[in-house]
Amino acid sequence: MSSELEVIKDPGVPAHIHRQADLDPQAEKKAERQVAILFALSTFGTLLFIYSYIWISEDLFIFFPVLGTTNAKQLFLGLGLAFSLFFIGAGAIHWAKTLMPDEEVIAMRHEMRSEDEDRRELIATAKAGAGAAALGRRSLIKQSLGLSLGLVGLSPLLLLRDLGPLPGKDLEKTSWKSGTRLVTDPGDRPIKPSDLEVGAVAQVLPAIAEGGHRALSDIGKDAVLLIRLRPEEFQLDAERLAMTYQGIIAFSKICSHMGCAVALYEQQTKHLLCPCHQSTFDVTRGAKVIFGPSARPLPQLAITVDQEGFLIAQRPFSEPVGPSYWERNSQ
Amino acid sequence: MTARERVAGTVANYVDERTGAAAWMKKNLNKVFPDHWSFLLGEIALYSFIILLLSGTFLTFWFDPSQREVIYDGDYQPLSGLKMSAAYASTLHISFEVRGGLLMRQIHHWAALLFMVAIVVHLLRVYFTGAFRKPREFNWIIGVGLLTLGIVEGFLGYSLPDDLLSGTGVRIAEAIIQALPVVGSYLAFFAFGGAFPGEAFIPRIYTVHVLLLPGIFLALITVHLMLVWYQKHTQYPGPGRTEKNVVGYPLFPVYMAKAGGFFFIVFGVIAFLSAVASINPIWLYGPYTPGQVSAGSQPDWYMGWLDGLVRMAPPLETHAFGHTISWNILIPGLILPGIMFTGLALYPFIEAWISGDKREHHILDRPRNVPNRTAIGAMALTFTIVALLNGGNDIIATTFSLTINQMMWFSRIGILVLPPIAFVITKRICLSLQRADRDLVLHGRETGTLVRMPSGEFVEIHEPISAEKAWTLTQHEQPVPLELPATDARGLKRPGAIKNKLRNRMSRAHAVAVPKVSAQDLKEIEHH
Repeated sequence: MSSELEVIKDPGVPAHIHRQADLDPQAEKKAERQVAILFALSTFGTLLFIYSYIWISEDLFIFFPVLGTTNAKQLFLGLGLAFSLFFIGAGAIHWAKTLMPDEEVIAMRHEMRSEDEDRRELIATAKAGAGAAALGRRSLIKQSLGLSLGLVGLSPLLLLRDLGPLPGKDLEKTSWKSGTRLVTDPGDRPIKPSDLEVGAVAQVLPAIAEGGHRALSDIGKDAVLLIRLRPEEFQLDAERLAMTYQGIIAFSKICSHMGCAVALYEQQTKHLLCPCHQSTFDVTRGAKVIFGPSARPLPQLAITVDQEGFLIAQRPFSEPVGPSYWERNSQ
Repeated sequence: MTARERVAGTVANYVDERTGAAAWMKKNLNKVFPDHWSFLLGEIALYSFIILLLSGTFLTFWFDPSQREVIYDGDYQPLSGLKMSAAYASTLHISFEVRGGLLMRQIHHWAALLFMVAIVVHLLRVYFTGAFRKPREFNWIIGVGLLTLGIVEGFLGYSLPDDLLSGTGVRIAEAIIQALPVVGSYLAFFAFGGAFPGEAFIPRIYTVHVLLLPGIFLALITVHLMLVWYQKHTQYPGPGRTEKNVVGYPLFPVYMAKAGGFFFIVFGVIAFLSAVASINPIWLYGPYTPGQVSAGSQPDWYMGWLDGLVRMAPPLETHAFGHTISWNILIPGLILPGIMFTGLALYPFIEAWISGDKREHHILDRPRNVPNRTAIGAMALTFTIVALLNGGNDIIATTFSLTINQMMWFSRIGILVLPPIAFVITKRICLSLQRADRDLVLHGRETGTLVRMPSGEFVEIHEPISAEKAWTLTQHEQPVPLELPATDARGLKRPGAIKNKLRNRMSRAHAVAVPKVSAQDLKEIEHH
């Protein structure tokens, strides 16, 4: 279609327009001075950097409009470095733009493909090589080579096996057992129901032996939130209600979506919110998901009190805590 | 001959006698590079990478990549006596006790953010101008690879300090691994050396972050640049610019001075940002522990769209035969990104297949002249932006007094509805701009001078545009759609009829264009 119509003609590269500095020696001198000033500013930046590094105290805070109160050493180290670098660049570019030749030049392109003769010779060489190796005729070699090449990748893969243990039943288990005391985190103090006012929230962990060590991997599964409501506010079946104690209900704090800590509790609505992806759980209805991407309620921990009146777990969690995985039996 | 020239000659002779480089150097010092601001975007990415290598090396001198538990006793009083990992403690040490350490941390982080910005904007420039067309498909794929690696490298990098924010990000990454059907929990246990978080992850990703990925980056960037060099840079259409030439400035000295100077400018700007705008203040977040999280947890921006997709996912899980499949994680976390990056990588081949164009292209397209491509780009961009906005839905909700629920529903609906709308609108705008170009060439530019005709009518005087401008607006080709016949010369049905029909249809959609002005049109209008 376009070939039938005559196209508008290409007028060619426009004539070069000379710059002031190309024609006027005075303008040239001026440009030269400007470049020198820019480079000098860079030197000033380096001096500022050295001064800040050695002499400005770490504890000096100064007020700067927009920035507010800020650490002087940090600020002037940065500004010094910024000046020293920026003005080298500014000088070089100003030099290139005002004083170096600015006439556009034209170079020719070559097509990417090689000369036909080269391509023919390459094919001939490849054919000759393949013929000499005679891979096509030696099917035994071809097949055994294919097999061994296919399998050789197994060794490095196998070597990665010892990166970690097999999961086994690890994802299903937490440290909570029947009778484990709930202790505050931080502080490790056992809790009595009277320590929690109605509306209060507390993060708890399972008690550990004196001097025992709590690995982060344990906290990642054991962290539990205690929330106290008025008992009549619950909308739970009898079985779930029996897992609470005097209006205190305990949920795994590890989100059933992707394992973040479900740390935000809204006292008015009695909703728990995960700040990572905004899964929202209704505490009164057994942490049922009412919004967001999570597909399962937070597992509930059955609690009661021991003879001394401290809160304890009735039994371990009845389902794995945290995010889903293939082997998880979610009914 | 001055003394300086004598020295230069001696050095050149010394090098050439040992390398035979003179012929190559002679040719390449005169290498021509076209000038345009948008060609600097890739340069910004390259320079940010160099800055990342320099600042990152500095940080390794003090950083201790270990999750061993230590008690903090450094200069930062609020965290004094707290249990934390050695990684976090050493990051605090770099920030508070190593002079200039915090500045280097800031430079490293700012450079990483800018690196990703530059890669993405560079990719958009290459996409919308059609610079990925033959012969540059390999470089497009390398670029997509660099983008993907950049996201991974950035994520690993900001995970290293082991603060509360980054640890939360690692937890989410672990949940994605764990969600993989069949192998998920195994892979997670291998990656973390046991249950999350364990003590193995930080040392492992440290090696990947400082050795493995930078090595791959260096190799890919080298090939990327060598191809640019060898294939010569594309150029924007204009007078004297053809498919057979390249018009610009020689490498030595002009381009070298400009490019070298630009490196220092990029470095200077990053240093300035680092001095005045503090990011990732890990001392405020505290050390990581799985039982805590801070409100408003946000990943860095290049991960934000992924997080946004995860946030808007509907709560879908399949529970069957004692197994669980988390679609709410797999779809937004793996399947959608997989489709997006595969589509991105394959786009040059898909477009070439649709248009049937097998020629080399060195003159860039003006985005309006390829409405379909531009509209697809706008569609993909809209999708990603909605996802990115949803990645900050909590911050946006609090800033603009909305509820999280409103934001989430806006995103859930918007991500399906807005991209097609963006496609249609963009295609319309492109065609309108083509029409505007046509008008401009035919009727000239509006001068703003109104004249009253003897009849009392008012008209605006139009002035013809320059020959250069007219050429720039009309140099592009009129696309011709494919017409694959259903039957061959003997009237027999060709194989793949449905495929060919589909291809014809897509090709027609791709070739939509306003007829451009021809020389005849101009002559005709002159007679009036």
